[in-house]
Amino acid sequence: MSQILRFNYKAFCVLLLGLVFSTSAMAGSDAKKEGFDPAVPAFHHIADANVFSIGPIQIPLPYILYVPGEGWHTGMSSAFGITMPHGDGLKAIDRFVLHGGRIKRIQDPNFPMGEVTLGADHDALHKLWHGEQSLSLNDKTYNLAYDNSSTADGGVFGGGITSYYDFSITKNVMSMFLVCGFLFFLFRGIAKKYATREGKAPIGAQGFIEPIFVFIQDEVAIPFLGKDWERFLPFLMTLFFFILGLNLFGQIPFLGNANVTGNLAVTMVLAIITFIVTTINGNKHYWEHTLWMPGVPSLLKILILTPVEVMGLFIKPLTLMLRLFANITAGHMVMVIFVGLIFLFGQNVTLPTLATAIPSMLLTMFMMAIELLVAFIQAFVFTILTASYLGAATEEAHH
Amino acid sequence: MLLAITGSFVVIGMGLAVIGAGIGIGNVGAKAMEAIARQPEAVGDIRANMILVAALIEGAALIAIVLSFLVA
Repeated sequence: MSQILRFNYKAFCVLLLGLVFSTSAMAGSDAKKEGFDPAVPAFHHIADANVFSIGPIQIPLPYILYVPGEGWHTGMSSAFGITMPHGDGLKAIDRFVLHGGRIKRIQDPNFPMGEVTLGADHDALHKLWHGEQSLSLNDKTYNLAYDNSSTADGGVFGGGITSYYDFSITKNVMSMFLVCGFLFFLFRGIAKKYATREGKAPIGAQGFIEPIFVFIQDEVAIPFLGKDWERFLPFLMTLFFFILGLNLFGQIPFLGNANVTGNLAVTMVLAIITFIVTTINGNKHYWEHTLWMPGVPSLLKILILTPVEVMGLFIKPLTLMLRLFANITAGHMVMVIFVGLIFLFGQNVTLPTLATAIPSMLLTMFMMAIELLVAFIQAFVFTILTASYLGAATEEAHH
Repeated sequence: MLLAITGSFVVIGMGLAVIGAGIGIGNVGAKAMEAIARQPEAVGDIRANMILVAALIEGAALIAIVLSFLVA
């Protein structure tokens, strides 16, 4: 009985209050008079941005843009004059504007190059972008229809090749640098500790990482990879800790809202790397079983089995990519939408806002706990499937 | 008093995908519970495999859900 009474109520209340304020600030201030659409902050929070925001502080990032025909435009995104709530830029530079934290390009070819002031402050910009979408300047009116940056998905997610390419150091790239740097220094320190404390019990970070490392080695690498598991162990470990680090970094509430693994480009590169490694290390037995499996009638092989196996060669990395992307993006969206419920139910009326705040906050806390679990599970599943494909590619004939 | 229904049928597809995931993961969980009841000392192995298979099933359902966002 005394175990239950020792529960520290003061600390719990402080934590709860802190979470109320942090989660309620997360959805942003989109509850304007024209009605609140929860989809807007949801998509905004899972998208990439050219500005790194830590809570209310906006840290500008370098932008590197290429327009075929004009050449390269580089600089810091602070040159656009970042305004706080929505990340809109006060100025347009060389037909590029900062809108919603991302750099866009004005489609109108008559729009003046160089620096053009769009508005004096955030309210003027809000009227500009959500109002008539045209700018009057020196007796000429320019339409502010804009292009998004080119995407490599060929238009599948509403992108495609547009008038410019964005190679900037965006929020996702910055987050990857930070996580890579952190992992590098963490593991370098642990490796040094192993070298200097030979044979002694692990301490500190060593003691934290060792069970995880040994778990992946004993449960994933050795059972699936067979004989030469040591060759692929660094690759599997890098994959696991990179994905785990990025997943967990995306769960930290205000640190840039970095949704790195929830970005199709990042997971696509990871899947492509897995595909390349399995293809390069595939031995004769693997290719024989994939393309011309023994013991099956030839007609069946040509018509059904070989096409299906070849499709499977590409579908396996594709599902790796989509699984990680979908899990992490769905988690982020759910959290933003749960908090957005507060604003949706209480549009300009106080009582529904307060009444929704507590259940929504509890639901969000619960979802955050699940998201931590999902971060570990998705990193583990990616690694174990990669190990499985690698093992299938390198296993010896067992006739 | 007819009300106009707005929206798209895509959300029905999303719901069906979640039903599939629910049935699949429910089966996995049920069999895992039975297996643990039969052999309690294998709890660690069973739990790890259960979570792995649940993540794979969930992956398929979430792929369907996220790809439906394309339409709407």
